[in-house]
Amino acid sequence: MSHLRIRQKLANMHERGLLLKTLIVSLVVIVTNVVGNYALTLGMRQVGVVESWSPLPYIRAFAHPWVGIGVAFMVGWLVSRLALLSWADLSYVLPITSFSYALSALAGALYLHEKVTEREWAGVSLITLGVVLVALTYPETTEIAEEP
Amino acid sequence: MIALLVALVVIPGTVGDLLNSAGMKRHGEITDWTPRGLLLTGRDLVHNWYIMIGIPAMAVSFFALMALFSATPLSFAAPITASSYILETALAKYILKEEVDWRRWVGAALVGVGVFLLSV
Repeated sequence: MSHLRIRQKLANMHERGLLLKTLIVSLVVIVTNVVGNYALTLGMRQVGVVESWSPLPYIRAFAHPWVGIGVAFMVGWLVSRLALLSWADLSYVLPITSFSYALSALAGALYLHEKVTEREWAGVSLITLGVVLVALTYPETTEIAEEP
Repeated sequence: MIALLVALVVIPGTVGDLLNSAGMKRHGEITDWTPRGLLLTGRDLVHNWYIMIGIPAMAVSFFALMALFSATPLSFAAPITASSYILETALAKYILKEEVDWRRWVGAALVGVGVFLLSV
Protein backbone atom coordinates (compact mmCIF):
# COMPACT_ATOMS: atom_id res chain seq x y z
CA MET A 1 0.00 0.00 0.00
CA SER A 2 1.47 3.33 -1.00
CA HIS A 3 2.23 6.02 1.53
CA LEU A 4 -0.42 8.27 -0.02
CA ARG A 5 -3.12 5.59 0.22
CA ILE A 6 -2.31 4.95 3.88
CA ARG A 7 -2.62 8.66 4.59
CA GLN A 8 -5.91 8.79 2.72
CA LYS A 9 -7.21 5.79 4.65
CA LEU A 10 -6.23 7.36 7.95
CA ALA A 11 -7.95 10.58 6.92
CA ASN A 12 -11.10 8.62 6.03
CA MET A 13 -11.01 6.83 9.36
CA HIS A 14 -10.66 10.12 11.15
CA GLU A 15 -13.57 11.44 9.11
CA ARG A 16 -15.77 8.46 9.97
CA GLY A 17 -14.85 8.69 13.67
CA LEU A 18 -15.57 12.40 13.67
CA LEU A 19 -18.95 11.94 12.03
CA LEU A 20 -19.98 9.24 14.52
CA LYS A 21 -18.75 11.37 17.43
CA THR A 22 -20.64 14.39 16.05
CA LEU A 23 -23.84 12.33 15.78
CA ILE A 24 -23.58 10.97 19.33
CA VAL A 25 -22.71 14.31 20.98
CA SER A 26 -25.43 16.12 18.94
CA LEU A 27 -27.97 13.59 20.24
CA VAL A 28 -26.77 14.21 23.82
CA VAL A 29 -27.13 18.01 23.32
CA ILE A 30 -30.66 17.57 21.92
CA VAL A 31 -31.91 15.09 24.54
CA THR A 32 -30.42 16.93 27.57
CA ASN A 33 -32.10 20.13 26.29
CA VAL A 34 -35.52 18.49 25.92
CA VAL A 35 -35.38 16.65 29.27
CA GLY A 36 -33.88 19.68 31.07
CA ASN A 37 -36.54 22.07 29.76
CA TYR A 38 -39.34 19.61 30.54
CA ALA A 39 -38.11 19.01 34.12
CA LEU A 40 -37.58 22.74 34.74
CA THR A 41 -41.04 23.63 33.41
CA LEU A 42 -42.66 20.90 35.53
CA GLY A 43 -40.68 21.95 38.62
CA MET A 44 -41.31 25.70 38.24
CA ARG A 45 -45.04 25.05 37.80
CA GLN A 46 -45.06 23.19 41.12
CA VAL A 47 -42.91 25.83 42.86
CA GLY A 48 -45.07 28.67 41.54
CA VAL A 49 -44.03 32.15 40.42
CA VAL A 50 -41.04 33.44 42.35
CA GLU A 51 -41.10 37.23 42.67
CA SER A 52 -38.65 38.36 45.27
CA TRP A 53 -35.46 40.33 45.70
CA SER A 54 -34.32 37.90 48.36
CA PRO A 55 -32.25 34.95 47.10
CA LEU A 56 -33.90 32.51 49.54
CA PRO A 57 -37.00 31.61 47.44
CA TYR A 58 -34.72 30.91 44.43
CA ILE A 59 -32.44 28.69 46.50
CA ARG A 60 -35.53 26.90 47.83
CA ALA A 61 -36.73 26.42 44.22
CA PHE A 62 -33.42 24.67 43.40
CA ALA A 63 -34.13 22.21 46.20
CA HIS A 64 -37.30 21.07 44.40
CA PRO A 65 -36.51 17.65 42.87
CA TRP A 66 -37.74 18.49 39.35
CA VAL A 67 -35.93 21.84 39.32
CA GLY A 68 -32.77 20.09 40.54
CA ILE A 69 -33.05 17.45 37.80
CA GLY A 70 -33.75 20.19 35.23
CA VAL A 71 -30.68 22.21 36.28
CA ALA A 72 -28.49 19.06 36.19
CA PHE A 73 -29.65 18.29 32.63
CA MET A 74 -29.12 21.92 31.57
CA VAL A 75 -25.52 21.71 32.89
CA GLY A 76 -25.16 18.52 30.81
CA TRP A 77 -26.56 20.41 27.82
CA LEU A 78 -24.04 23.26 28.26
CA VAL A 79 -21.06 20.90 28.64
CA SER A 80 -22.01 18.69 25.66
CA ARG A 81 -22.71 21.76 23.47
CA LEU A 82 -19.28 23.24 24.33
CA ALA A 83 -17.68 19.86 23.57
CA LEU A 84 -19.45 19.73 20.18
CA LEU A 85 -18.30 23.29 19.41
CA SER A 86 -14.69 22.21 20.05
CA TRP A 87 -14.66 20.63 16.58
CA ALA A 88 -17.95 21.39 14.82
CA ASP A 89 -18.82 24.77 13.25
CA LEU A 90 -21.35 27.10 14.89
CA SER A 91 -23.26 27.22 11.56
CA TYR A 92 -23.54 23.41 11.84
CA VAL A 93 -24.28 23.09 15.58
CA LEU A 94 -27.05 25.73 15.69
CA PRO A 95 -29.45 24.17 13.14
CA ILE A 96 -28.63 20.55 14.06
CA THR A 97 -29.30 21.01 17.79
CA SER A 98 -32.53 22.93 17.06
CA PHE A 99 -34.03 19.47 16.49
CA SER A 100 -34.79 19.70 20.24
CA TYR A 101 -37.78 21.94 19.33
CA ALA A 102 -39.18 19.24 17.04
CA LEU A 103 -38.41 16.50 19.58
CA SER A 104 -40.21 18.46 22.34
CA ALA A 105 -43.33 18.70 20.17
CA LEU A 106 -43.14 15.00 19.26
CA ALA A 107 -42.55 13.95 22.88
CA GLY A 108 -45.50 16.11 23.96
CA ALA A 109 -47.70 14.36 21.41
CA LEU A 110 -46.47 10.85 22.26
CA TYR A 111 -46.14 10.91 26.05
CA LEU A 112 -48.33 13.77 27.23
CA HIS A 113 -50.99 13.21 24.54
CA GLU A 114 -50.90 16.91 23.67
CA LYS A 115 -52.73 17.77 20.50
CA VAL A 116 -50.32 18.80 17.72
CA THR A 117 -51.88 21.32 15.35
CA GLU A 118 -51.28 21.38 11.58
CA ARG A 119 -49.12 24.48 11.99
CA GLU A 120 -46.98 22.62 14.55
CA TRP A 121 -46.64 19.57 12.26
CA ALA A 122 -45.48 21.96 9.52
CA GLY A 123 -42.92 23.41 11.96
CA VAL A 124 -41.64 19.93 12.92
CA SER A 125 -41.35 18.96 9.22
CA LEU A 126 -39.45 22.15 8.26
CA ILE A 127 -37.02 21.76 11.18
CA THR A 128 -36.43 18.09 10.28
CA LEU A 129 -35.80 19.01 6.63
CA GLY A 130 -33.41 21.80 7.68
CA VAL A 131 -31.53 19.48 10.05
CA VAL A 132 -31.16 16.81 7.31
CA LEU A 133 -29.80 19.41 4.84
CA VAL A 134 -27.21 20.73 7.32
CA ALA A 135 -26.29 17.18 8.40
CA LEU A 136 -25.22 16.54 4.78
CA THR A 137 -22.39 19.08 5.18
CA TYR A 138 -19.06 18.26 6.85
CA PRO A 139 -19.20 19.47 10.49
CA GLU A 140 -15.84 21.18 10.50
CA THR A 141 -14.65 23.69 7.87
CA THR A 142 -12.25 25.83 9.89
CA GLU A 143 -8.86 25.20 11.44
CA ILE A 144 -9.01 23.78 14.94
CA ALA A 145 -6.16 24.27 17.37
CA GLU A 146 -3.91 21.27 17.98
CA GLU A 147 -5.08 19.02 20.78
CA PRO A 148 -3.85 20.54 24.08
CA MET B 1 -38.21 48.54 28.44
CA ILE B 2 -39.28 45.99 25.81
CA ALA B 3 -36.63 47.30 23.39
CA LEU B 4 -34.00 46.89 26.10
CA LEU B 5 -35.13 43.29 26.74
CA VAL B 6 -34.97 42.49 23.00
CA ALA B 7 -31.44 43.94 22.87
CA LEU B 8 -30.51 41.88 25.95
CA VAL B 9 -31.79 38.70 24.28
CA VAL B 10 -30.19 39.23 20.87
CA ILE B 11 -26.81 40.85 21.58
CA PRO B 12 -25.52 38.72 24.51
CA GLY B 13 -27.01 35.56 22.94
CA THR B 14 -25.25 36.09 19.62
CA VAL B 15 -22.00 37.30 21.19
CA GLY B 16 -22.09 34.36 23.63
CA ASP B 17 -22.45 31.80 20.84
CA LEU B 18 -19.65 33.38 18.79
CA LEU B 19 -17.32 33.57 21.80
CA ASN B 20 -18.07 29.97 22.89
CA SER B 21 -17.46 28.71 19.37
CA ALA B 22 -14.20 30.68 18.96
CA GLY B 23 -13.09 29.69 22.47
CA MET B 24 -13.71 25.97 21.97
CA LYS B 25 -12.00 25.95 18.55
CA ARG B 26 -9.00 27.60 20.20
CA HIS B 27 -9.02 24.99 22.92
CA GLY B 28 -9.00 22.20 20.34
CA GLU B 29 -11.06 19.06 19.75
CA ILE B 30 -12.06 17.26 22.95
CA THR B 31 -10.79 13.69 22.67
CA ASP B 32 -10.45 12.57 26.30
CA TRP B 33 -13.93 11.77 27.63
CA THR B 34 -12.84 10.22 30.92
CA PRO B 35 -13.89 12.15 34.08
CA ARG B 36 -10.24 13.12 34.57
CA GLY B 37 -9.95 14.35 30.98
CA LEU B 38 -13.13 16.41 31.29
CA LEU B 39 -11.91 17.91 34.59
CA LEU B 40 -8.63 18.91 32.91
CA THR B 41 -10.63 20.46 30.06
CA GLY B 42 -12.71 22.37 32.63
CA ARG B 43 -9.52 23.63 34.25
CA ASP B 44 -8.26 24.84 30.87
CA LEU B 45 -11.55 26.56 30.08
CA VAL B 46 -11.43 28.59 33.32
CA HIS B 47 -8.39 30.32 31.79
CA ASN B 48 -10.08 30.75 28.39
CA TRP B 49 -11.55 34.26 28.46
CA TYR B 50 -13.73 33.58 25.38
CA ILE B 51 -15.61 30.94 27.37
CA MET B 52 -15.53 32.91 30.61
CA ILE B 53 -17.37 35.78 28.86
CA GLY B 54 -19.38 33.53 26.52
CA ILE B 55 -21.20 31.51 29.20
CA PRO B 56 -22.35 34.51 31.34
CA ALA B 57 -23.43 36.28 28.11
CA MET B 58 -25.64 33.31 27.22
CA ALA B 59 -27.07 33.30 30.76
CA VAL B 60 -27.99 37.01 30.41
CA SER B 61 -29.70 36.25 27.08
CA PHE B 62 -31.59 33.28 28.60
CA PHE B 63 -32.97 35.28 31.56
CA ALA B 64 -33.84 38.25 29.30
CA LEU B 65 -35.77 35.85 27.04
CA MET B 66 -37.68 34.50 30.06
CA ALA B 67 -38.51 38.10 31.08
CA LEU B 68 -39.55 38.91 27.49
CA PHE B 69 -41.84 35.87 27.41
CA SER B 70 -43.58 37.04 30.58
CA ALA B 71 -43.75 40.70 29.48
CA THR B 72 -45.01 40.24 25.90
CA PRO B 73 -47.32 37.89 24.00
CA LEU B 74 -45.60 34.76 22.62
CA SER B 75 -46.08 35.97 19.05
CA PHE B 76 -43.76 38.90 19.84
CA ALA B 77 -40.82 36.90 21.20
CA ALA B 78 -41.02 34.01 18.71
CA PRO B 79 -39.71 35.82 15.59
CA ILE B 80 -36.66 36.97 17.59
CA THR B 81 -35.67 33.40 18.46
CA ALA B 82 -36.39 32.27 14.89
CA SER B 83 -34.44 35.04 13.12
CA SER B 84 -31.35 34.40 15.27
CA TYR B 85 -30.58 31.30 13.12
CA ILE B 86 -29.96 33.37 9.99
CA LEU B 87 -28.17 36.16 11.90
CA GLU B 88 -25.79 33.76 13.64
CA THR B 89 -25.14 31.77 10.46
CA ALA B 90 -24.13 35.03 8.72
CA LEU B 91 -21.85 35.99 11.62
CA ALA B 92 -20.33 32.47 11.67
CA LYS B 93 -19.44 32.97 8.00
CA TYR B 94 -18.03 36.50 8.25
CA ILE B 95 -16.52 36.54 11.75
CA LEU B 96 -15.61 32.89 12.41
CA LYS B 97 -14.74 32.37 8.70
CA GLU B 98 -16.76 29.15 8.44
CA GLU B 99 -17.56 27.78 4.98
CA VAL B 100 -21.32 28.18 4.78
CA ASP B 101 -22.59 26.51 1.60
CA TRP B 102 -26.16 26.65 0.26
CA ARG B 103 -27.24 23.61 2.32
CA ARG B 104 -26.36 25.39 5.56
CA TRP B 105 -28.10 28.62 4.47
CA VAL B 106 -31.28 26.83 3.37
CA GLY B 107 -31.12 24.55 6.43
CA ALA B 108 -30.82 27.52 8.82
CA ALA B 109 -33.72 29.29 7.06
CA LEU B 110 -35.96 26.18 7.21
CA VAL B 111 -35.12 25.67 10.90
CA GLY B 112 -35.84 29.37 11.61
CA VAL B 113 -39.28 29.17 9.96
CA GLY B 114 -39.97 25.83 11.69
CA VAL B 115 -39.05 27.19 15.13
CA PHE B 116 -41.25 30.23 14.43
CA LEU B 117 -44.22 27.99 13.54
CA LEU B 118 -43.71 25.95 16.72
CA SER B 119 -43.37 28.97 19.03
CA VAL B 120 -46.19 31.31 17.92
